[in-house]
Order: sequence, then structure tokens, then C-alpha cells
Amino acid sequence: MVAIVDYGVGNIRSVVNALKRAGVCSPVLTSDREVLRQAGHVVLPGVGDASVAMEALRAEGLAEFIPTLTQPVLGICVGAQIMCRRSEEGDCGCLGIFDTDVRRFAPQPGLKIPHMGWNTISNLSSPLFKGLPEGSYVYYVHSFFPEVCSDTICTTTHSATEGEGQTFSGALCHGNFYGCQFHPEKSGATGAAILKNFLEI
Amino acid sequence: MVAKRIIPCLDVKDGRTVKGVNFVGLRDVGDAVELGAKYAREGADELVYLDISATIEGRGTFCSLVSRVAAEINIPFTVGGGISSLDDAARLLDAGADKISVNSAAIRNPHLIDEIAGRYGSQSVVIAIDAKQIDGRWTATTHGGRVPSDKELFNWAHEAQERGAGELLFTSMDHDGTKDGYPCDTYAALAGLLSIPIIASGGAGCVQHIADVLTEGRADAALAASIFHNNEIPIPVLKKELSKMNIPVRL
Repeated sequence: MVAIVDYGVGNIRSVVNALKRAGVCSPVLTSDREVLRQAGHVVLPGVGDASVAMEALRAEGLAEFIPTLTQPVLGICVGAQIMCRRSEEGDCGCLGIFDTDVRRFAPQPGLKIPHMGWNTISNLSSPLFKGLPEGSYVYYVHSFFPEVCSDTICTTTHSATEGEGQTFSGALCHGNFYGCQFHPEKSGATGAAILKNFLEI
Repeated sequence: MVAKRIIPCLDVKDGRTVKGVNFVGLRDVGDAVELGAKYAREGADELVYLDISATIEGRGTFCSLVSRVAAEINIPFTVGGGISSLDDAARLLDAGADKISVNSAAIRNPHLIDEIAGRYGSQSVVIAIDAKQIDGRWTATTHGGRVPSDKELFNWAHEAQERGAGELLFTSMDHDGTKDGYPCDTYAALAGLLSIPIIASGGAGCVQHIADVLTEGRADAALAASIFHNNEIPIPVLKKELSKMNIPVRL
């Protein structure tokens, strides 16, 4: 059973659709701890503001609970950001699973914010990317990013036409916890492969 | 580096993709979901679905089409056509669209942009502007270019960005349908003015036109319909050619 954490925040429909395309018959939307505890895999979606997402998670009483899960857990976009230590968005403390902070893209000449569109992932180092070549394209939409750290399993550079750009963690892993800043559910065949790989972990 | 995007646009009437024939008839070119899936397989980076239904029933059909697209297609897609209220936008975004585009209704009621961006975020709002030059002034129009508004292109595009639009889709009605290329200088001026991504639309007749607007015109994406529907320039060919010209595209 695959469970999607339902805490009133997130791109839940597109995640449900993508899991169904990946062969998961009926992903379970839930905030019930027992159901989450028993799931084979857990997905933590998220869109919008990280501090709002953290508040929602706390309101559901899940902020302390999520880090205690032992099965593979995948955070997507803001879901991945709130698995870090802190976010500059709303200056909020997060779950502290990944050993890094989330920062806002600093303005640079020729750096478009939000970082939106298809960009490449490099330094792939996780079973999450099994079968995928360096430089595969994935789809991003975000203005805040997790910094590169020891938990980074791929990097992406948001290039500026004039400034030097910004390299960040495209995805992270710490133990059984995975996080993708990009949207695997919108990343075509590459994203589908990443979700399939996650479900096989 | 973010890749330049290639975006096929599908006009939809009662669930079917149609295209205009000499501005009079509409020819059915196929099931909208199937065609979108085919473009996605061929390497389209996003899809745009425009609802050209004029009836309430047609609008209902479009909403269920959006759900089907969301279920079956694994790349982002934008929907537009007749969105005139936050409720219209909400219905389509809740059905699974990634972005909605607003055009005439935003000219009538610019606050609509603030409302949608406020609830769903800037990344979900595309401001579409159809403009043409009237006495040397780029004027935003409505009704497919027939009715000039009181809004000047550059001012309006900037205002829309400030109100929360996350992308600009600019079509020059002077170039649309001509297959003579885009007004690259105007696109470049918009790119200099705005920080949001710009999608070029209307005027492409060959690969070089698209290459020009993505380089000289500094556009982030190119949207087209007939060249893809008629298979004049298949997407894989287009992307390969752009890549040969050192334009970053997702292959």
C-alpha cells in the first residue's frame, strides 16, 4: 500500500495520477498515523509556502511523527523542502531530516525567479536514479531551494545569463527518506522512472 | 540551464481538437487527450489546451477533458479560453490543470490575476496578451484581435507581472497566421522589462523563426499549433535542429 500524506496542502491530484500511471491501483490519502505507519511507501506532497505547510503538518500532529517513519518516504517540492532543517520561507523550522537549509534564490542579473521549466540533474548517486543518464531533464517550479549538503543525491544549476547562477540539491536522501525538489509527477518519462524506482526501494 | 520549451497548442471544441480553416470552418484533428499524449511522447515540453466552446455544455465537457489530460499525461499543461472568474480558474485547476491562462477577462478585470495568484500561486497564472500595432503603439486586443483595448502592451504586461502573473504568453496579431516569423525586437524588449518567462506565439513558419525568437527575441518558450498539427515541423525534428544551433532543448 502506498500512502500520500493528506494535510490539506499539496499537489495531491497530480501525485495520485502519477502513482496510478506507475501501477499503484489506489494510493491512500490519509493523515492517520496507523495507516501511514503500515504503508509500504509514503509520499509527502507540498506546494505553496513552506511555513504554511509546516503549520499544517503540525496542526495534524504529524511534524513529530513523520521523522519516525521507517519505510521509504518521498517528499516532493515543498514536501522535500520541509524535510530539511529550516526554510527561509516564513523563516520556519522544518522536520530536520536532511542536513541542510532551504534558501531563496538571490537576485542576480539574468536569473529568472521562479526557476521554472525543464533543467538537468547531475551527480546522480542514488537508486532513485537507476537507469537514468547524467544530465536527464526534470521539471522544476520553485523560488526556494535546498542547499547542497552531504545528503544531496543530485544537483541542478539554475544558470543566469550574466551572473554565475545557483547550484542546489535537486534531490536528497537520508536513510529511508528521499526528497525531490523537482516534480517527478510532471517530468515525463524520466519522472515516471524515478517514481518507479522509488516504489522499488 | 533551463531548456527552452516547445509547446503545442490544441484548440478544443466539445472535447475534440479542432483547427480553423481559413477562419471559416473548423476541421476536427482528433481526440484532444490522444493528440496531447502523442505530442508529449514526441518531446513537447508542455501543452496548452484552449477551450473554444461557446456553450455551457461545451465548457462542462472541457472540464472533464482537463481531468482526463491530468490523469493520462505526465508533463505540465495550461488551459485557457473563457476564464473570467476565480471560480472558472478554480474549477480547471482543481480538475488537474497546472496553469490557467487569462486574456480578455483580465483586461476587463485586472484584479482577476491577483485573485488567482493569491489562491494558487503565481506559477499557475499565465497572462495571455494578443496585441497589434495601432498607430505605432502596441495595443492589447480582445475578441481574437478585432477589438482594441485601452491597454498598451508593455504597461499591461508589467502590470500583470506585478499583480502576480507567473508567465507571459504574447501573440502579435500582426504576425499570427502569417508564417513570416515573430517580431523579435518586441519580444526582446519584453524580456528586458519583465522578470517572468515569456512564451512566443503566432507567426512561426519554419525552424529558423523559432530559433530567432528563442535567441534574438530572448523568449523562454515557443508555442505553435498548425505547424505541429499539419506535421509541417514535427517536434522531434524541430528540437534536433534547435539543438544543432546550440539552443538548449530537452531531447
